[in-house]
Amino acid sequence: MEIKKGIAVSPGISIAKSIVIDSEDYRIPFRKINPSQRMKEIQRVRNAFKEAIDDLTALQDDNVNLEHRNIKDIFAVHLRFLHDRSLRKQITDRINSEQVTAEYAVSTIFRDIAGQFTKVKDSYISERAADIYDIERRLLKQLLGRKRETIEKVTEEVVVVARELSPTQTAGFNRAFVKGLATEVGGRTSHTAIVARSLGIPAVVALEGVTESLEAGDLVIIDGNRGIVIINPNQETIDQYKEYSVEFQELEHKLDTIREKPAVTRDGIKITMLGNIEFPDEAEMVLERGGDGIGLYRTEFLYLNSATEPTEKDHYEAYAQTIKVFKHRPVIIRTMDLGADKYTQSKRFVREPNPSLGLRSIRFCLQNIMMFKTQLHAILRASVLGEIKVMFPLITNHQELMQAKMILRDVMEDLDEESIPYNPNIEIGIMIETPSAALMAASLARDSDFFSIGTNDLTQYTLAVDRANELVSTLYSPVDPAVLRLIRTIIQDAYQAQIDLSICGEMASEPEYIMLLLGMGVRKISIAQPMIPEIKQIIRSVTMDGCNKVARKILTMHSERHISSYLRNATRKILPEIF
Amino acid sequence: MDSVVCEISVEIKNTDGLHMRPAMMFVDIASQYDCDITVSNNETSVDGKSIMQISVLAATYGTKLKIRAEGIDSEKAVESLRELVEDKMFDEPGPEEK
Repeated sequence: MEIKKGIAVSPGISIAKSIVIDSEDYRIPFRKINPSQRMKEIQRVRNAFKEAIDDLTALQDDNVNLEHRNIKDIFAVHLRFLHDRSLRKQITDRINSEQVTAEYAVSTIFRDIAGQFTKVKDSYISERAADIYDIERRLLKQLLGRKRETIEKVTEEVVVVARELSPTQTAGFNRAFVKGLATEVGGRTSHTAIVARSLGIPAVVALEGVTESLEAGDLVIIDGNRGIVIINPNQETIDQYKEYSVEFQELEHKLDTIREKPAVTRDGIKITMLGNIEFPDEAEMVLERGGDGIGLYRTEFLYLNSATEPTEKDHYEAYAQTIKVFKHRPVIIRTMDLGADKYTQSKRFVREPNPSLGLRSIRFCLQNIMMFKTQLHAILRASVLGEIKVMFPLITNHQELMQAKMILRDVMEDLDEESIPYNPNIEIGIMIETPSAALMAASLARDSDFFSIGTNDLTQYTLAVDRANELVSTLYSPVDPAVLRLIRTIIQDAYQAQIDLSICGEMASEPEYIMLLLGMGVRKISIAQPMIPEIKQIIRSVTMDGCNKVARKILTMHSERHISSYLRNATRKILPEIF
Repeated sequence: MDSVVCEISVEIKNTDGLHMRPAMMFVDIASQYDCDITVSNNETSVDGKSIMQISVLAATYGTKLKIRAEGIDSEKAVESLRELVEDKMFDEPGPEEK
């Protein structure tokens, strides 16, 4: 039994077998093994060779009519390599002598071989290194590929353990079977955390070395309440956790009973609670949990779910399905927000040295107008089905907003020409998530129908902290006094311009921050659906008078640490059971 | 059974040298014989039946290689390998034919 402590990012308890997944480009972790595991790894190498040979033979048989001699020769050469005993021996020798995993041994041996080729001056021969890497990939596919495949094809409940999870990987999850997530990197606002909360499954992140501590198939407990992961628990622990799990469900159930009750403070101030969603079918869950609409529909998942760019029809169908659930309530569709941390894995886009400051989000859309117009066309077409609003992310200056609006007007003209109905008065809002937008909020408010504060990026950009970098993640805090000053500016400017304002960042789903936000003037929040009952419970337990006092006190404080502990104490008095 | 040792020297005559496909042809022929076959350039000596080892010799056009065979059919083995390298030139063109 091994206990690992990380950061709890999504509540709940799950006990299941683990699946360990690696990054997509077959990056090989250096993984030492125990001497007793050597035979197992050597057997894996043998199996990988055998399966690679079978695959290749089948491929060759499928292509018997291949006219092209070169391709036939390539297959034949690869087969000779796979049959080469001395190659296999080098790999198994390395496992024996250095006690490393099969994957690591394969990849280092092939690198050695390829290295010898690239040394040769003759370019024709030195280019043969590519063949070597090709053969390596065939073996790694057997060693690693299988595991990746299982993530989409699992047939029993599992918890997923990874160094980090990319949006593409999480988008491929079979949601009926993935019951918990544990990753080595990440923080409260990492992608893993967001996905786990939206799926309502427990997750723990920032678990140093977790992928090296377990084997796929090991039983794992993920405690998303305490931020603990237990590998191969003993029976006593399992029993204890089964009890916790029941208790937790009872608390959840208690919160469920307030579902039908309005989100009103004790002194009668109504707070609008909207849901953040990634997939159309989550809209129903938002409704079930008592949400008043969708405050943030992250449309990126449309792009990540399929290999090709989504068509206008794909967009339209997803939006239509969502609005069907919320006929007369608002659904805010945020246009594509890809780039930076969310899309670097994709081959379709060139890697940037500094992606968070690079071509992402609205910047990307404004440079890929056809793609942008496809999405806007679908949003406008769906706008007649209900109360759809459109929101542009990552606006940093007034010109970007004007450009985006101009493109939207172009698409409206296209629809006019096609005689397709749409809502010409569709509300157009923006995310305020950069310091520049916050500072210019008064000017941006003149051309926006609403603001939504994206506290995750606002915090990251204001404090210059990469929220996923565990070396600096402790500096990341949405209640840092600098961030709070910007939030106060945005709220004041929105009130002045009399436009709608909401908060859709993770901050609004933190129980500790609710009193502060209400006290600062927030009346509308959009959060992950599993958090709605709990946050509503807090709203129903506070008075606006009390919140105002908390906010006034906080805004005089100069240290993040003081603010955090003050807020924790204030919340603990109201809802002791969540701490 | 007496062990017969045969050793000859050959020169790579096809322009593209001993790349993947020729290496494959070489080991295919070498593997037909029971004798042990080693191939060496000035630096290293490798197993003539392993495509990996033959290919890392990376013998370019004009390289001289020693083929050494040890075993009952060693004589036949070196002769057919010589034929492959020097006469058939791996069914590939030499510089004068290009």
